[in-house]
Amino acid sequence: MRRYFARKLLIYALTFFLAVTIDWLIPRFMPGNPVQTMLSRAHLHAEAADVMYGYFMRAFGLDLPIWQQYVNFWVALVHGDLGTSVFVFPTPVLQVILNAVPYDIFLLLPAILASWLAGNWFGAFAARSRWLDNTALPVGYILTATPYMWLAILLAWVFGIILHIFPIAGAYSFALRPHLSWTFVWSLFVHWVLPFLSLFMVMLGGWAIGMRNMIIYELEADYAHYLEALGAPRRLIRAYAFRNAVLPQLTGLALQLGVIVAGALATEIVFSYPGIGYLILQAIQNEDYFLLQGCFLFIIVGVLLANFIIDVAYVVVDPRTRTGMQGETA
Amino acid sequence: MKTKSEFLYFALRNSKLRIGLAVVLLFLALALIGPFFTTFTVDGYVGPSSQPPSSTYWFGTTTFGQDVYTQFVHGLGATFLVGIIGGGLGTLIGVVIGFTAGYRGGIVDELLNILTNIVLVIPTLALLLIISAYLEVRGVLLESLFIGFTAWPWAARAIRAQTFSLRSREFIDLARLSGMKDWKIIFTEVAPNMMSYLFMTFILQFGGAVLIAATLDFVGLGPTQGISLGLMMNNAVLWSALTLGMWWWFVPPGLAITIIVGAMYIMNVGLDEVFNPKLREM
Repeated sequence: MRRYFARKLLIYALTFFLAVTIDWLIPRFMPGNPVQTMLSRAHLHAEAADVMYGYFMRAFGLDLPIWQQYVNFWVALVHGDLGTSVFVFPTPVLQVILNAVPYDIFLLLPAILASWLAGNWFGAFAARSRWLDNTALPVGYILTATPYMWLAILLAWVFGIILHIFPIAGAYSFALRPHLSWTFVWSLFVHWVLPFLSLFMVMLGGWAIGMRNMIIYELEADYAHYLEALGAPRRLIRAYAFRNAVLPQLTGLALQLGVIVAGALATEIVFSYPGIGYLILQAIQNEDYFLLQGCFLFIIVGVLLANFIIDVAYVVVDPRTRTGMQGETA
Repeated sequence: MKTKSEFLYFALRNSKLRIGLAVVLLFLALALIGPFFTTFTVDGYVGPSSQPPSSTYWFGTTTFGQDVYTQFVHGLGATFLVGIIGGGLGTLIGVVIGFTAGYRGGIVDELLNILTNIVLVIPTLALLLIISAYLEVRGVLLESLFIGFTAWPWAARAIRAQTFSLRSREFIDLARLSGMKDWKIIFTEVAPNMMSYLFMTFILQFGGAVLIAATLDFVGLGPTQGISLGLMMNNAVLWSALTLGMWWWFVPPGLAITIIVGAMYIMNVGLDEVFNPKLREM
């Protein structure tokens, strides 16, 4: 087990290192100079522009040797300094992001857990039942093929614009200020339903299909045939198959995190839900590069954390990893 | 030869494969032929604004009086391009890394595994966002390449596992004993046994690339020139087509992506049944 975790942590540490390096590299080595762009928009005199250019290069530490800039970047990062947001000047980027993170957790955690559980249950149910398989399977595939934002747009259009059941923008009513009361909690909930639903539905299809395929695979395994030969009840065989099929589904959850993040970003944008996805849109529209880079780092850290939690869950679920036997190694 | 006709026999009998393939080909044909038969230009302000679908403007017009059908047909082409190039590149990199890691084993495998796992953990979209945000000019081709370069890890992992299990088979040992070169063994002994698998990997990569590209375009970091289905949805939301009830603007692009990718996934299930006899009689 120690080896399993050591290996995982090494990968995560390397990933974090690489992500920070990318975050530092891209602004510096991509074509175009942000300072130049900023100044050209200000329409200054040539001499004034030169002075300003020198000032900004010094202010951002861009006149230092490259290695020094890299070290400075890490030092600032360790101190939690991600720069100052241009979009909500002069709030530090860290603060802007920390304000958004609770909404992401509030939206993503229930959506991921609920869809995973419901999808597994439904997939196991549909496997090897001809009627359900033929109707539910195509629906599942269509759901996974749906772009997140399109389903979000459709839901917003049908339930928000046509039926007027749910609001389609923000995390709570614009008439309210965040405080602890039933009105506010209700408002939070009502604004949460549609984003949650669109994430839930798209993910559900994928989990159901994965589970259905795994169950079919497991029912072909020797132990299942053996149990069948012994005359074990169908329910019991399926229960064993389910337990075995959950393991790859757990690995699948880790593999899908990137896609889920992408989906969440798009969904938040459709519903103007003030999580990191919406922040990214604001950052892009306002060319707020510090904010964008901060968001990137936060997403990476979030995904790494989620991966780690899944690893721990895997050890809990699969006894083979605990005894050091060869379980799932990847 | 016998096995080929057998596959063909089951392929033609498989309704999932037939329907999926027909739908994909239909859209492909529309993407290839459609642009030659549109009367309007993609960005031209050709008609009255915000018109619902009519005989002149098949899918209606945008707030600016652009023809939605024209944009749709051109956007379809971009979607297929991203799918084929992005998905193809993703598969290719996955194949190369998967074969190398699985066949070589040892330290090479270990290093490639670490690389794969690192790229696997980084969310593709986040990486693409930060790269695209700094590019001032972006094209569909460049977008596809970036997607391909970030989408390969799961394919590499899956192919590595398959290669690994094939490597210890007797016929591979025999080939190695006969002094065949490594790359020749991979191409003549390993790859043919995984052809169906590789093809199905490509289909999944195609779908993934299309969906990621749509998201990227929707966020506003798509191609700066030309049109794509994701960009159409981006424009529709940006110019409040939702609140104005202009459904003809945002329904067709998303629906097309859903149908194309969904049809490919269903086609994949059909292919699985064709290549895998265990699944045939269900």
